[in-house]
Amino acid sequence: MESFFSRYKGLLVLGIVLLAQLIALATQIHRPTVAPVADARSDGHHVRIVRLAVAVVVTPVERLLTGIGHGTRNLWHNYISLRGVRQHNHDLQGEVDRMRLEQMSLMADARQGQRLQKLLGFRQQYIYKTVVAQVIGTSGSDQSRVILIDKGANDGLKVDMPVITPDGIVGKVREVFPNSAQVLQINDQTAGAGVVLETTRIRGILRGNSAGQLQVIDLLPDDRIKPGERVLTSGGDQVYPRGLAVGDVQSIALDKLHPPYIALTLKPAANLSQLEEVLVITETSAALALSEATGSDAELHSAADTAASALPTVETPESATPGTPAAAPVQVRPGQALHPDRFTPGTVPPAAAMRPGEAQPAATQEQH
Amino acid sequence: MSMNSRLTQLENEPAFHPLVLVVVPVLALILQGYVPHLFPHFGLLDLPLLVVIYFAITLRGPITGTLAGMVIGLVQDAQTGHPIGVNGMAKSIVGYAAASIGIRIDVENNISRMLLAAVFTLGNSLLIYIIERRLLGFDTRWLWLHEAMRIVVNALVAVVFFWLLDRLKRKG
Repeated sequence: MESFFSRYKGLLVLGIVLLAQLIALATQIHRPTVAPVADARSDGHHVRIVRLAVAVVVTPVERLLTGIGHGTRNLWHNYISLRGVRQHNHDLQGEVDRMRLEQMSLMADARQGQRLQKLLGFRQQYIYKTVVAQVIGTSGSDQSRVILIDKGANDGLKVDMPVITPDGIVGKVREVFPNSAQVLQINDQTAGAGVVLETTRIRGILRGNSAGQLQVIDLLPDDRIKPGERVLTSGGDQVYPRGLAVGDVQSIALDKLHPPYIALTLKPAANLSQLEEVLVITETSAALALSEATGSDAELHSAADTAASALPTVETPESATPGTPAAAPVQVRPGQALHPDRFTPGTVPPAAAMRPGEAQPAATQEQH
Repeated sequence: MSMNSRLTQLENEPAFHPLVLVVVPVLALILQGYVPHLFPHFGLLDLPLLVVIYFAITLRGPITGTLAGMVIGLVQDAQTGHPIGVNGMAKSIVGYAAASIGIRIDVENNISRMLLAAVFTLGNSLLIYIIERRLLGFDTRWLWLHEAMRIVVNALVAVVFFWLLDRLKRKG
């Protein structure tokens, strides 16, 4: 018996190690059905401790490496490589001025859109508060699309908070540690989101695949869906606010696993493979921030006037402000005819002045 | 040469300072997490796997190989969004197999090192695929081109990486 154990001790250790990990795996894939959704998504306590322990060791080193990398880059860009900066600065100033004007115009449109949505009884979530975070690491595996950011629970981050860039959505917070957090990217095969196609308004489910591609699944074939169409978040998943850019349709193909349905492959709006900084949406609001949402009366009037001037209108006496005299309607008269005939106004006497059988005036007869 | 004398010879062969056994895997894991952030294609390379293979074939202990594979694999799992144990199981088996083979063949030769790295990279990917697809029910797909690139990259890097790690050996 002793010789059996000593002979096969390597194999026995392997068997025990595999069995222990198999049991650990089994406990992780068990999902309590009665727990709230957010709890069901997160890991169990024992798994969280393992992830926390690794994060505690890895985060400071990766933060240091990121700091060194940024320091070196800043040293080069800010002190060494300054050729053409003055001209570049001048160009950028022009760009800023142009964008300010564009922003003013867009704000007017946004306020008008908000008023209209209010009228229609819509309730839309607006991004209210964000935290800027720096990407300091990845999962290191091409099977798992997870990034590590330098903000954590101490900065107000919580599990399931959406993570975006100005270009589009990135993913959601998967695990939160005191000073760092793991973000599950939308192209991971375990990630998902509710999306809507911008022009056709067809809704679908976004998920990643093992190759790291974004796919919209569970769609019935529809001729209206074309490559290049923009895909936005629908807000139906209760994680991502609606209307954020997800990507553009790259290809449309039959879903081989579910034959009647098609799968759209998307080109992500955000550059998911090389993320530097991201925004974590820590708070959303049912309305825009007060300072942005409530403009002065003059601004609101201006926005309404802008919209009104773009539409055809009919002036009526009732539309005038009460108490002020209504403006006289402008009478439009046709110009004088170059070659008058019997249809020209003024050449034929009024019908009331004509009698049956009576000869027409000379001027009218001459024309015949 | 008898089996006993062979084992005695193996015991007297150069080993590593204990610090090396800790620092090298930790550095490999940190680099594996950090560098793909700068160069996304670095994800093709699996430095922790190469560390497991190297220590397993150099130390030639199936138990050491298994435990090294398990610890490194579990730490790798903790950095991913996947359940903990996928890489742990795969790398435990790779560690055991590499150590078992390391006793039987010449592992100092660059060609055999390259072949070992290639075979175990393929084995590691196959194990992860089976665990994810069959045990966890993930929709993991086998991408031949991607796996072929992984095998080539890991095999080529292994030669240089193993040579660098050889410099850390100490005479017993």
